[in-house]
Amino acid sequence: MTEKIDNLIEELKKKFEDIKTLQELNDLKVSYQGKKGIITELNSGIKDVPNDEKKEYGAEVNRLRTFFNDNFSSTQKRLEDERVREKLEKETIDISLPSKRIKTGSKHPFNRIIEEVEDLFVSMGYDVIDGPELEDDEHCFRLLNYTVGHPARDAQDTFYIDEEYLLRTQTSAAQSRVMEENKEKTPIRVICPGKTYRRDDDATHSHQFGQVEGLVIDKNISLADLKGTLEIFAKKLLGEDTNVRFRPSYFPFTSPSCEVDVSCFKCGGKGCSLCKKTGWIELLGAGMVHPNVLRMGGYDPDKFTGFAFGTGLDRLAMFKYAIPDIRYMYTNDIRFLKQFDRKDDEYEIKY
Amino acid sequence: MKLSTNFLKDYVDVPVDAVTLGEDMTNIGNEYDYAGPLLEVSGLTIGKVLECEMHPDSDHLHVCKVDLGNEVVQIVCGAPNVRAGIKVIVSKVGAKLPGIEIKKSKIRGVESNGMICSIKELGLEHKFLKPEDIEGIAELGDDAVVGEDPLEYLGLKDEVVDFELTANRGDLLSILGMAYEVGALYGNKVKDVDLSFTEGKEDFAKNFNLNIETENCSLFYAKKVENVTIKESPTWMKNRLIASGIRPINNVVDISNYVMLELGQPLHFYDADRLGDTLTVRMAKKDEHLKTLDEQDRVLTEDDIVIADKEKAIGLAGVMGGFSTEVEEDSKNIVIESAIFNPVKIRLTSKKILRSEASNRFEKGLDYNRSLMAIKRSCNLLEKYADAKIVGGMAVYDKVSKEDKIISVTFTKIKEVLGIEISKDEILDIFNRLGFDVKFDGETYIVNVPSRRIDISIKEDLIHDIGRLYGMDNIKGKKMILDVIPGHYDKLKRAVRNKMVELGLNETLSYALIPDGEVQKYSVDEFETVKILDPMTEERNALRYSLIPSLKMVYDYNKARNQKDICIFEIGKAFYKKQGKYGEDLHLAALMTGNYKSDLYRDNVDFYVIKGVMENLLDYLGYVNYKLEVKNIPEELHPGQSASIVVDGTIVGFIGKIHPNVTKDNIFVMEINLDKLFSKDHEEMKYKEISKFPNVVKDVAFIVDKSVKSEDIENVIKSAGGKRLRSIEVFDVYTGENVAENEKSIAYTLTFNDYEKTLSDEEVTNAFNKIIKEVTNKCNAVLRDK
Repeated sequence: MTEKIDNLIEELKKKFEDIKTLQELNDLKVSYQGKKGIITELNSGIKDVPNDEKKEYGAEVNRLRTFFNDNFSSTQKRLEDERVREKLEKETIDISLPSKRIKTGSKHPFNRIIEEVEDLFVSMGYDVIDGPELEDDEHCFRLLNYTVGHPARDAQDTFYIDEEYLLRTQTSAAQSRVMEENKEKTPIRVICPGKTYRRDDDATHSHQFGQVEGLVIDKNISLADLKGTLEIFAKKLLGEDTNVRFRPSYFPFTSPSCEVDVSCFKCGGKGCSLCKKTGWIELLGAGMVHPNVLRMGGYDPDKFTGFAFGTGLDRLAMFKYAIPDIRYMYTNDIRFLKQFDRKDDEYEIKY
Repeated sequence: MKLSTNFLKDYVDVPVDAVTLGEDMTNIGNEYDYAGPLLEVSGLTIGKVLECEMHPDSDHLHVCKVDLGNEVVQIVCGAPNVRAGIKVIVSKVGAKLPGIEIKKSKIRGVESNGMICSIKELGLEHKFLKPEDIEGIAELGDDAVVGEDPLEYLGLKDEVVDFELTANRGDLLSILGMAYEVGALYGNKVKDVDLSFTEGKEDFAKNFNLNIETENCSLFYAKKVENVTIKESPTWMKNRLIASGIRPINNVVDISNYVMLELGQPLHFYDADRLGDTLTVRMAKKDEHLKTLDEQDRVLTEDDIVIADKEKAIGLAGVMGGFSTEVEEDSKNIVIESAIFNPVKIRLTSKKILRSEASNRFEKGLDYNRSLMAIKRSCNLLEKYADAKIVGGMAVYDKVSKEDKIISVTFTKIKEVLGIEISKDEILDIFNRLGFDVKFDGETYIVNVPSRRIDISIKEDLIHDIGRLYGMDNIKGKKMILDVIPGHYDKLKRAVRNKMVELGLNETLSYALIPDGEVQKYSVDEFETVKILDPMTEERNALRYSLIPSLKMVYDYNKARNQKDICIFEIGKAFYKKQGKYGEDLHLAALMTGNYKSDLYRDNVDFYVIKGVMENLLDYLGYVNYKLEVKNIPEELHPGQSASIVVDGTIVGFIGKIHPNVTKDNIFVMEINLDKLFSKDHEEMKYKEISKFPNVVKDVAFIVDKSVKSEDIENVIKSAGGKRLRSIEVFDVYTGENVAENEKSIAYTLTFNDYEKTLSDEEVTNAFNKIIKEVTNKCNAVLRDK
């Protein structure tokens, strides 16, 4: 009997190894464990075995059944694994093909700079205001101490709409607006970023360009406060190592007035082509609000002082993103626009 | 202002070179463009031509032996006037002239060690050159010393600083003004101007009628000189004019310019015999004609100030003299005018006619003390250099207030405004250096500001001067201590921008000025186009209303570069005039065409894509009550694929396809008046209850006539479905096989839910059947079998 079972096991072992499909496996199961299967028949054959051999016989048949069951489940697992492997193989794709990502949009660098400047000044408690671009002479000039025929008007060749209306040449126009609108004549802390226009169009000037104006009116404001504020502005936008230099200048709506240079962020002040070998880049105009401007805005210059500053946004954007030509800003080539789709790097200033 | 340092040194000691002077002046507020030698040349020496022979291989070149003092060199020279015995300017081997470096060379086989120069080759501006300076080499006088510097000999050894002055510093448009500024800078005293001359006993004013008929002239001096000899000016005077950028003419004309440069007061010299005995200052008559010095006929207006004789205008005050009374080669007697006119009028006239050295000074304002000095200085120079006999007396009109300009400022105020630590004595020292008379009582400085400083009128201006001489850069930045108040910015505008970017559109920045013919396009609004009075070009002569023309131009630009997948937007102002009033609204516009998603899996923009962008935006902003209506569509849009965007019953914009008559490309646009939109109520973002029970989802498809709008079917479904119908979504629209030609099939997914319980099959089926029945009846629809 043992020999017979050994032979059957040997035979079965080979059969399991040869099985390729689940169907074959099931057929094998039928031929061994089905109604007329080998194991079933051996099992029912026990009744013909003499009693003293029954125990051994039963044990031997059981050995065969156990062998069958063990091999059945391991073969089944082998076949299933194979099937999964084949399926996965079939499903293998070319991962180098382009993704189905949705195209992302982009913000124009001009507006990116505006947002950055806004965020900075808002964090210092400034309000952002928006003045009209189609301004009147009164707010753009006269309330800023540019009398009619003032020679300083020459620097700002103006697009006039009629005798009184014009396209604002400077965001400073917002100064007169905000003072006028503040009926309680309380302290003011605002910036006004936006578009400005001048009759001037060449390689370095666009007839439309951007400025941001800042205005603080309060008690005991000094030039030193202005410098401290602009130092934060310069370091935050251009890098922590940026230095600020004041040079006296003239604007009708400030006195004292100054031009503000920043140390060249390209060469660190050593001198390069960007700063024309001077180590400095002229960035802003600024000064203490002229008493006439305060007075026209309804503020008593004996009680209030203030500072104002203004700078070009296009240049800031061009510096920040290394854009070589102002015209690129307004041409809107889609290849240009799409480049500005990343997060901005920001400079942290530590105190 | 081109400053000759030689000229400056007449009146103040300058302890530094031109570049340092430029830098130091910049630090006190006077920027410069150029500082350095008048002529940027090196390696020049005076030579004497010893021998001059024809070049063996040329019909015009000469081979010269030139004595340079310490050596004799051979130079090949092509100038027609080269010859033995003359003294010349030699640039030696290694010399640098504008644009050339002189090297040892062979010219047609003959060695040449340098170059004999013309005046032109030294780099003098073309307007200063006489024909002989260009045509041949310079022939120096016998007094020229071989081996010495020819620039020194010619008087052209000068350093200049070209300043870009601020508009308030009219006083620096003079050597004397510069001398005071440089004096303040280095603490040096300013020297006196020589105003001496002798004059006759007669009284010129007696027989001369000076009539000032306009208040635009506040000061007028006229003085006569006789018997002048017109000739060339002395070399030093010519060179100073040249260094200052003014072309020498003759001694008399040159003196008028020289005095203007020196003192800042423009003068006019009349030929006294042609002028006659009357001089009137008045406003021009309308369309009055005047032939100016440059022989141009000028047509004047009532805003121009003129100088006139008995009959007619003979000069344009402050801008240019007239042709008829010009000083000429044969002039003998001269009337000198030194006057002050209204700067505003001069500025307007000169802007219209001609900007001159004179008008530039007049419009920045003049010092009345200098007006008289200028008369005296002219007499001084005319007497010396034109043999003039000065007639006694002077015609005078003077309405200028000569009150002292006294301004007080306290020590505390100065410190407060500048935010610096400065001592009382330092401030006193600065006032003294500036040449201001000052009284100080320990707290208040009482300053008598000299009349030359027309820029100073209030104490803040004095503080500015203290600041600039103290050194503005010495001010230390302070961190301000501010009240803690949160700042605000326009979050809505930024929300719109962020959402549009998130939706995959690229933001543009285009010009607000466009051709006026484009302004009324893409709008059905009633408004007047806002035009520029004096545009730069016709392409930019009006302010835009719709932003679509700008976006369309951006599209065209990119298309021309083969870039056809364009999805862009812009936020900008729309300008208009309505009921006589100007205004501007904030607009958002978008233009979409070509591929919207990625490059490989093309998904071209159609109406429903841009509609989706619009819905995404409006949903994001919290608007719930919006819809599209087919009305008020601009004529530039496709009437069958466009609509107005209506929020709470108000049209806020439009959306649709650009009309095929405008472009054959499939371009979709949208424009929303953000000011109008933002004025509508929106829903705040608040939690809404979510049902605890499962959804029941049913699909249904109807066949309807093509003209039936999905919106209408949805409305019927909504009212038939009752409150348990939570959503209706179109999942398929089909035309083609198995559907008649004039029909379409629309399939909907309906989602039912009850917040209180799980819905039974029966409840859903009842609602579903009711929907089918209603839609079939009301929309003339047929249920499509699965």
